[in-house]
Amino acid sequence: MARYLGGKFVNIIVSLLILATATFFLMKAVPGDPFTQEKAIPPEIKAQIMAHYGLDKPVWHQYLIYMKNLFQFDLGESMKSSNRTVTSIIADSFGTSFKVGIIAIIVSVIIGVYLGMMAALRHKKFIDNFFMFIAVLGISIPSFVVGAMVQYFFGVKFQIFTVAGLEGPLDYVLPVVALSTLPIAFIARLTRSTMLEVLTSDYIRTAKAKGLTPHAILWQHGLRNGILPVVTYLGPMTANVITGSVVVEQIFGLPGLGAYFVESITNRDYTLIMGITIFYAVILMAARFVTDVLYIIIDPRIKISGGVVKK
Amino acid sequence: MKKKLLVLVSLILVFTGVLSACGKSGSGSDQTFRMNLTTEPPSLDVAQAQDQTSFTVLSGLFEGLTRMDKDGNIIPGVAEKWDVADGGKKYTFHLRSDAKWSNGDPVTAHDFEYSWKRTLDPKLNPPAPYAYQLYYIKNAQNYNIEADNPNHISDPAQVGVKAIDDATLEVNLENPTPYFLNITAFFTSYPVHKSAQTNANWAAEAKDYISNGPFKLSTWKHGDSMELVQNENYWDKKDIHLTSVKFSMVKDANTELSMYKTGKLDWAGKPTGDIPTEQLAKFREEKNPELTIKPIASTYYYNFNNEKKPFNNVKVRKALSMAINRQDIVDKVTKAGQTPAYGFVSGGIHGVSGEYRSEVKDDYFKEDVAEAKKLLAEGLQEEGMTSMPEFTLTFNEGLHKEVAEAIANMWKENLGITAKTEVQEWKIFLKNRQSLNYDVARAGWGADYNDPMTFIDMFTTGGGNNDIGFKNADYDALVKEAYATSDQQKRVDAMAKAEKILIGDNQAIMPIYYYTSAQLVKPYVKNYVVDFGGNIDYTRISIEK
Amino acid sequence: MSTQLKDIQHSEANTQALFEKLPQRHKEAEIITAESRSTFQESWARLRKNKYAMTGMYVLIIMIILAIVCPMLSPYNTYTNDLDNTYAAPSAKHWFGTDNLGRDMFTRSWRGVQISLIVGFTAALIDLLIGVAYGGIMGFAGKRLGNAMNKFAEVLYAIPYMLVVILLGVVMGSGLFTIILALSITGWITMSWIVRGQILQLKNQEYVLAAQSMGASGGRILFRHLIPNTLGPIIVTVTLSVPSAIFTEAFLSFLGLGVQSPDASLGSLISSAMSSWTLYPWVMAIPASLLCITMIAFNIFGDGLQDAFDPKMKK
Repeated sequence: MARYLGGKFVNIIVSLLILATATFFLMKAVPGDPFTQEKAIPPEIKAQIMAHYGLDKPVWHQYLIYMKNLFQFDLGESMKSSNRTVTSIIADSFGTSFKVGIIAIIVSVIIGVYLGMMAALRHKKFIDNFFMFIAVLGISIPSFVVGAMVQYFFGVKFQIFTVAGLEGPLDYVLPVVALSTLPIAFIARLTRSTMLEVLTSDYIRTAKAKGLTPHAILWQHGLRNGILPVVTYLGPMTANVITGSVVVEQIFGLPGLGAYFVESITNRDYTLIMGITIFYAVILMAARFVTDVLYIIIDPRIKISGGVVKK
Repeated sequence: MKKKLLVLVSLILVFTGVLSACGKSGSGSDQTFRMNLTTEPPSLDVAQAQDQTSFTVLSGLFEGLTRMDKDGNIIPGVAEKWDVADGGKKYTFHLRSDAKWSNGDPVTAHDFEYSWKRTLDPKLNPPAPYAYQLYYIKNAQNYNIEADNPNHISDPAQVGVKAIDDATLEVNLENPTPYFLNITAFFTSYPVHKSAQTNANWAAEAKDYISNGPFKLSTWKHGDSMELVQNENYWDKKDIHLTSVKFSMVKDANTELSMYKTGKLDWAGKPTGDIPTEQLAKFREEKNPELTIKPIASTYYYNFNNEKKPFNNVKVRKALSMAINRQDIVDKVTKAGQTPAYGFVSGGIHGVSGEYRSEVKDDYFKEDVAEAKKLLAEGLQEEGMTSMPEFTLTFNEGLHKEVAEAIANMWKENLGITAKTEVQEWKIFLKNRQSLNYDVARAGWGADYNDPMTFIDMFTTGGGNNDIGFKNADYDALVKEAYATSDQQKRVDAMAKAEKILIGDNQAIMPIYYYTSAQLVKPYVKNYVVDFGGNIDYTRISIEK
Repeated sequence: MSTQLKDIQHSEANTQALFEKLPQRHKEAEIITAESRSTFQESWARLRKNKYAMTGMYVLIIMIILAIVCPMLSPYNTYTNDLDNTYAAPSAKHWFGTDNLGRDMFTRSWRGVQISLIVGFTAALIDLLIGVAYGGIMGFAGKRLGNAMNKFAEVLYAIPYMLVVILLGVVMGSGLFTIILALSITGWITMSWIVRGQILQLKNQEYVLAAQSMGASGGRILFRHLIPNTLGPIIVTVTLSVPSAIFTEAFLSFLGLGVQSPDASLGSLISSAMSSWTLYPWVMAIPASLLCITMIAFNIFGDGLQDAFDPKMKK
């Protein structure tokens, strides 16, 4: 187990290095620089600023400097927001994305698994059809449409919730709704199809034969197996929800990392682009790593030997 | 099961209902003004700031030697009075004794000297991008530019600003500059507290922030919100009614409007926010009393690439400019009450005694499709072309897209020529425009200071912002003539002649409209000022509910 | 092992005298491909019984036809402005109303469906080609090469998608080609993993060994045996990657990186309606409904396919 996880960890580090390198040169290939602006700064002043940030050096030299700093966990200073370090920008804004994201994930898993189970239990009955119709609808509407609609109706029209910002606990409701619509639908469908499979398997039949009620069977035996695909999906989903909430953050005016990422690219804020990219990749990989570990814990069939997962 | 679900849902509804009811009653404190900045201000360091968002915040936090009243006249700020000598090249400011920093320290002439020299210091971390706003001061430029500058002055004592004593600041200028007192009201000229010497990051967080204006920075949640509270040490405290100013940083204009409608903002729209075009049009149609629209000193125009065939031909440029219907564009596309532009200098800019634009009419050309067709044919013939080649009209994201499509459509209908519209990412667009890599490109220019020169000196040969390839010796000479004198009549005459060369004779650019600034303001917000450039002065606002 | 081998060689030598060796002809190395076609037919039969899936399929076909026909038959085009008729409500003249520049929404909406479908299908096709080839090789190749290729895919997958898209949009200018390219750069990875997983599972099955022993080449085994047997999951993945591409395009449009006006995609129509739909609901409602219908049809159809190709699920 330890060896297996150790190997995974080395993989993550190597991937990160390759990623950082690729991003660095990709980013430098884009025309424009942090100090290109409509009212052009006099070229002499611009040259001094560029020199200050080391942008007058050849690209490979800049790369070496960046990597050297990266190994010392120094992500540098933002070139757009002067006086602020990349680390502090990420630390400030990630908190919001994380809070909203985690709530959305928990809500999605609970509601999604619940709906999926109910649908599977009442296979081909009204509830099943109804829930699955809702679920299909859920994966068919873009989150920005959902966001705009709930904001208008619940925020402006009926004024049940605030339209933007995160001051009180209730302010989380609308963003979480917009963010979790798709995962709920997805998880519900996933759970339903796995549960249907599980319910026809031999051990469930045995349990039935022993006279257990359908609910007991479902919750005691079915869930453990039925939840596996959800766990697999959870890794990429967590990463997506936490990193990909740009749209929802924009609509609800949340100070999350997503907005900074888009802006950093349009501003050519090189250090911030690098910092957020690496940070996102770490999150993504960490999510996958945790998924692997969870998978091992939940699925008794997986045994690890000699650094390979055997199924 | 259905029952359980029903119970659950109704429980949630009741719960949220109760909570939201609690939330509502708490809001609405008295003298608080709330507006949207859209984004985080990039910097609140006087030396680093260079944009409208930062400026909007700084203008409440600081006060310069002078400031502007509601009509745009210069009035005393930290300086009580001043003397001008040496043909307009020497200014002596006498500071008031009761001006104080937010921590209680007195504001002295040394603080101004320190701030200006700090901004000009080439070793500042990072070097100040807006340092050139202080180049009017003697030796400032040669002190500021170190690299590749044989005339570099390394001794800050030679820069023409000096504190004679705590209350007297002497400033020597390179040239007589009639609008220098506007510069001293500008944010690059604000003072900086000496604690910045030991704390380089003084402007990064609210806790270390020291300012001398009507307000002080109380909280700064990066990317989210910011609150200014009244500075009890401010000398003119009696005129300040607001106890706090709350800035939000909501990026989406629709959300901003929703916040305004639901009472979360007292102000929506320009200068730091925006009202979506369609919604604005609706408010205008309804004659909503909360909507105010004011012309500001900015011009929207198209750049012709004067170096590229066939746009190097004046008749082709004139044809394109005469074949569009500007009134239709402002009425049916931009919809914010803009006025069609036939000149370059916008309204709201001082002339000799009144407004420049009413003293010098912008009747350099008229829209005339028949004449445009004739000119186009002639121009193409002169260039040895039989028909107008397909060309590209480039612009950046935003309403520019609609404007461009409407104009391309007008060209197509009126002249039978095809312009491809192409949106470009902002910095790529700028890069292309600055390196003359375009056919026709969208542009806009806003006044830096209240004088026609802020527009006119843009298109001198080799000028830093001359991105149309315009070269005209007469034009350059007229600009020089205006620079050399402080006689306003002569200056305005020279600048008017230059504008005629630029637009009337050469049609080097295609003016489209003069901008307006539109905002929704709650009726209880009184005494706000939107200046000639569209900037807001919220410092003297009072809330009268 | 070695003794066994010797035995075989030995017996081969013995039998050579009794049997005449046929010249090896590739095409007829073994002719048992009929079986896979019949599973295909079986799946099709299962699919036809699924009334939801069939409805989805018919809706899709209708949408495709309308998307091709409507913009052609409409008396309007997608770009001509009519500034005196902006935001006209749906009427006999303009069935879906007009937009902010007075352009006909009927034409623009169907053009939007067309572009969205083009984006979806092209991206899915590219995913299919690259994903199957890469995944196939990855699964079939030796352990070392397979792992190296997998590593490469993993790194590519870790690059924040947004970065790639924004950078591409910035460098190449936004447009149809950029969007398809951006969707394809990382889109094929999931497909390649599915193919690889399937192949790793199938590789050691008896019929592959049989084909191997009959002298079929590696490439032949891969493309004649392994890939056809992974067809089910491949088809399902492709079907579901079309709507996901359409969705991603809509998302990019929201960020201003999608198809650019005067051309239109469903995503760009919806995102340009974001600020005006509360005043003129049709500019949002129509493209959003068309998007929704397309997405639902694809998803239902994809679900049906999944059931049809997975015999375990037949119920």
